[in-house]
Amino acid sequence: MAQNDPLLSLKNAVVYVNQNTSSQTAILNQLNLDIFEGDFITVVGPNGAGKSTLFNTIAGSKILGKGQLLHRGRSIAKESIIKRAQFLSRVFQDPKMGTAPRMTVAENLNLAAKRGTQRNLKLRKLKQKRSYFKEIAASMNNGLSNKLDVATESLSGGQRQALSFLMAIIKRPELLLLDEHTAALDPKTSAQLMIQTNKNITEQKLTCLMITHHLDDALKYGNRLLVLGKGQIVLDVRDEQKKSLTKENILELFDKIS
Amino acid sequence: MSMIVSSIGQGLLWAVLGVALFLTFRILNFPDMTVEGTFPLGAATAVTAISHGLSPLIATFLAFLAGGFAGLITGLLYTKGKIPILLAGILVMTACLSINLRIMGGANISLLGKQTVFSNHFLESLPKYFDSVFIGFIIISIITILLVLFLQTELGQAFIATGDNPVMARSLGINTDNMTIMGLMVSNGLIGMGGAFIAQSNGYADVNMGIGIIVIALASIIIGEVVFGELTLNQRLIAVTLGSILYRFVLLTVLQLGFSTNDLNLLSALILAICLMLPKLSALLGLDHVIQKGGAGNGAK
Repeated sequence: MAQNDPLLSLKNAVVYVNQNTSSQTAILNQLNLDIFEGDFITVVGPNGAGKSTLFNTIAGSKILGKGQLLHRGRSIAKESIIKRAQFLSRVFQDPKMGTAPRMTVAENLNLAAKRGTQRNLKLRKLKQKRSYFKEIAASMNNGLSNKLDVATESLSGGQRQALSFLMAIIKRPELLLLDEHTAALDPKTSAQLMIQTNKNITEQKLTCLMITHHLDDALKYGNRLLVLGKGQIVLDVRDEQKKSLTKENILELFDKIS
Repeated sequence: MSMIVSSIGQGLLWAVLGVALFLTFRILNFPDMTVEGTFPLGAATAVTAISHGLSPLIATFLAFLAGGFAGLITGLLYTKGKIPILLAGILVMTACLSINLRIMGGANISLLGKQTVFSNHFLESLPKYFDSVFIGFIIISIITILLVLFLQTELGQAFIATGDNPVMARSLGINTDNMTIMGLMVSNGLIGMGGAFIAQSNGYADVNMGIGIIVIALASIIIGEVVFGELTLNQRLIAVTLGSILYRFVLLTVLQLGFSTNDLNLLSALILAICLMLPKLSALLGLDHVIQKGGAGNGAK
């Protein structure tokens, strides 16, 4: 695996809340991270560790206070969410956030298939794309493929998150951000979506960063694990080292952080 | 009989406003007050242009451009200036009052003896009121067909997504600011064009003709939704036109009961208020199944 140049790197990244006020605090504090192509990184950490802020900073909804954010060596710190959508995609924790509620499943997939590209006056041609949409929806094994013409607001939470996930990968992203995307679901649905997630990421060799509160998932999936605490990375392990890590190790670390 | 024909004619002409407002009120999901200014702006532009000897069609097109420009200003104030949409609309609407006086050089202009889109031999040979039915039908058909086609393009889908879930839209790389500005420009352009047609139908333009316009346009949307219930997006666009005709019919009926035209705005407001409360009232009276969820909307097919 070519691991010379990172796909994305954060160098001494600092992100503030209440910037330029007396209550200014750093939620990311001199954080350094190199993400390499093919990495499937699980991210854990206690509440307030800066996990979501890390994602928001990468995706562009939080502004970097100090430091650098590089995509293939090029600074993207000043680029908008819209511009960054050209190379990254994201699944939110809230099932309502990732889909357009009044548009149908097929319409949502069609929107996502054009992620980051110029949209013009060409007809959307849903009919021609239908069989393809049906096929990928069927891969989620949860009845989504029978609901192509249903508005997403009437889907179950699990189906909605499965759709959000499909939308994030239908156009191959260079970097996939999963922000506790199974957290709002019941245990069974959550486990099912996690299996499909892992299958897609490993089969398509996607580069992925996944925040989770399920330590079991964090240990079971991915080739690399990060523990975040107080805006910094306190543990970064990969491959064999990750495999030898236990839940107890992580919990001990959590105790030390807080 | 003549009342029905007149309702249909007026309803078809005024439906342009309902369909235009649908773009912002239902698809982008916000009330755009600019229309109260762009309606008389379109009327003033067209009537002034005609009285300076321009052809009625070019004059109407100029009204579209003028309305679109006002929409652009509202869009920029809202997206770039971060002024709340309601206030941005009110600002542009207020500014239009002065602009309209500047354009017309006075409070009103008559089109007496001038050529309008209604002056041709064929239309004049039709029975009374049938000319507005004919013109109105052609205009609203063209506009509706173009909008239906547009909403099914990749750009149109991005436009719908912007109103439906802006956070998602941005994360898919859709420039929601541009979509909003585009929506406001097209919507207000159409409203300006509607003003041009109605001024030509009435034979004059008046600076005060914009008062209450948003209520009339909303009434066509809401009546269409209340009467026809759950529909696809394309059907909903057509329902707006039917709603507009129904609204005109109710209005004329009420006027027949002895109200004067001075009461029109009060009546418009009452009709809209009742329609908006219908879901609540029907629940109260146990008629829930009769009236579908018109208010909640159904943005896409």
